[in-house]
Amino acid sequence: MSARENIFGKVRAAVAANAATQKDRAKAVAQRMARPPLGVLPARAQLPLPERVELFCARALTLAASVERLKKFDDVPKAVSAYLRDRNLPASVRMGADPRLAALPWGKSRALTLRRGASDGDDETGVSFAAAGIAETGTVALWSGQDNPTTINFLTEHHIVVVDARDIDAALEEVLARVRKAFGKGKMPRSVNFISGPSRSGDVEQKLVLGAHGPRALHLLVVGDVR
Amino acid sequence: MQITSPTFKANATRALNDPQLQKALGHVRAGFMEKRLKAIDALPEFERLRDSAKAIKDHALAHLDLYLEAYEKKVTASGGMVHWAETAEDARKIILDICRGVGARTVTKGKTMIAEEIGLNPFLEGNGIRPVETDLGEYIIQLRNEHPSHIIAPAIHVNAEQVEADFRRVHNHLAVDRDLSQAELLLHEARRVLRGKYFEADVGITGANFLVAETGTSIIVTNEGNGDLTQILPKVHIVLASIEKIVPTLEDMAQILRVLARSATGQEMSVYTTLSTGPRRKTDPDGPAEYHVVLLDNGRSAMLGTEFQDMLRCIRCGACMNHCPVYHAVGGHAYGWVYPGPMGAVLTPSLIGVDKSGHLPNASTFCGRCESVCPMKIPLPRMMRHWREREWERALNPKAGRYGLKLWAFFAKRPKLYRALASLGMPVLGAAGGRKRRFRALPLAGAWTKHRDMPAPEGRTFMQQWRDRDAVQKQGAR
Repeated sequence: MSARENIFGKVRAAVAANAATQKDRAKAVAQRMARPPLGVLPARAQLPLPERVELFCARALTLAASVERLKKFDDVPKAVSAYLRDRNLPASVRMGADPRLAALPWGKSRALTLRRGASDGDDETGVSFAAAGIAETGTVALWSGQDNPTTINFLTEHHIVVVDARDIDAALEEVLARVRKAFGKGKMPRSVNFISGPSRSGDVEQKLVLGAHGPRALHLLVVGDVR
Repeated sequence: MQITSPTFKANATRALNDPQLQKALGHVRAGFMEKRLKAIDALPEFERLRDSAKAIKDHALAHLDLYLEAYEKKVTASGGMVHWAETAEDARKIILDICRGVGARTVTKGKTMIAEEIGLNPFLEGNGIRPVETDLGEYIIQLRNEHPSHIIAPAIHVNAEQVEADFRRVHNHLAVDRDLSQAELLLHEARRVLRGKYFEADVGITGANFLVAETGTSIIVTNEGNGDLTQILPKVHIVLASIEKIVPTLEDMAQILRVLARSATGQEMSVYTTLSTGPRRKTDPDGPAEYHVVLLDNGRSAMLGTEFQDMLRCIRCGACMNHCPVYHAVGGHAYGWVYPGPMGAVLTPSLIGVDKSGHLPNASTFCGRCESVCPMKIPLPRMMRHWREREWERALNPKAGRYGLKLWAFFAKRPKLYRALASLGMPVLGAAGGRKRRFRALPLAGAWTKHRDMPAPEGRTFMQQWRDRDAVQKQGAR
């Protein structure tokens, strides 16, 4: 017998699966996966959009991310240039093929070099467009693909993430609904990344230090007037 | 790894007399408990989420065969491969075959306790493949040739100056005057060295916090980002996980996530929660070309359907050890195998046998803190008691204790005789206690009285006092 059969044999014997109960068990399992129950959702994020955006920004700050509110998308390139200038960073950013990023007036920031595609590890700064934000925890959600390559989330020193204020959900569960809508029920992109602040480690004497293997700074540009 | 659980008592004595370790353990006592409490106080729904999380795992375990089948189907559909391993040896062999298949020479590793459980690093080294730990804590102990002493803070037993010494020993490029006196400087040095390794590696191995049956997704939760670089940069990603990591749906994962980070580090969310499904797609610009899942049983299926099934709900947050007075005193290495603290005291006998690890479930005062903080409500003290019972049934505990208990049981089962002897013995012992009313030494209990005095009994026996109290109350009622 194969290892697989042995393991299944032991598991089935232990959970007392038999022909009589198997139908009901299979039904319970199929139902749960077809219509996943939501469970307990914290009340603090169940707010109308303007308050949700406020909560998102406040939570993100507690995670040591920095947050900048912009009125319109056309302001993004200027804000990126200013971020680089203020920190004496090279005037070059890495970004994917996201049409929402491509449509921005980058040409007006003359000195800025745009590097397209996945990161090769030599990029100081990367720009991504979030699939959604999560107000409950100040988290941004991104998924893999040409639009926003995953390497940009982890190999850059400074990660600038553009968040459409209208895409700020109350809870992680709503982002899961977005994933299902974009890829189909039961299907997933190669990776979905929930990012809550810049990377850190507490492994030496429990002292929290920012900038571990991922970015040492996470800058959120929250765009749109939702009031 | 070599099992030293049978010498737990000697390990503990050594730990108590190790000044470096005692200094380091101060960080456990100071940090974890306060952070957890603060995070939980900020979430009024925490208790309800605990119940929800427990119910999810109970349901998943009761239907484990079906969810494993569904999970496997989804992984395959997304282009990944599931490998089944009954034992540690099977898992090691599967991983070696995958590594050899791509001619791997260097393997990066995210933090995984299962890799410790199957002794993966020495095995890979023995087969000419270099494993590189990328989590800062794991990297430190790999340099020190040690094992993790905590399941989420593997180097908690090491002080900063020890890390500095290790870095100077191994990182030959370091200038003598390079400042490494702060945790931050140590982290940046490790980051610089490891950055190259991610690109060098042919295979990246991570664990999994959850496996989702609905979608065939594996999930890792980290703060450093090392687990992500480990799995996106090499050609091959291997997920090494045990069968009880299955949850039915993505929503179920979201429920448990809310109790996981809070219980572990006091964070609301860890920095990176990453959902991985299959290898890179045709149009993806990055990600691994191969995605393998090695599913390990190694004794878990034998726990299902027994009094130890509840232990399979464990999500490895570490809260039980962070709150354990025994762990605080002796640290993780004294437990002598992979899993320390209260969860280790229950899990270790299941995985390596109670004959080798009987001391662990005995090293508890049953203070109950572990159960009270466990986000999955695992009745840890009760299960330690089950192990003590099994030990007794198999006559594994020391003879003196067994005879003593049998002698006591003889009298305890004969209440009249017991009371008669007690009322005779009390005044005799009371008088023998002398003016100080205590014993500095007792026959057969030398180890106990070595560190403290035994108070001499005073006055009347408990049963006598109880009768008096009853009589007084009855009078009062009239």
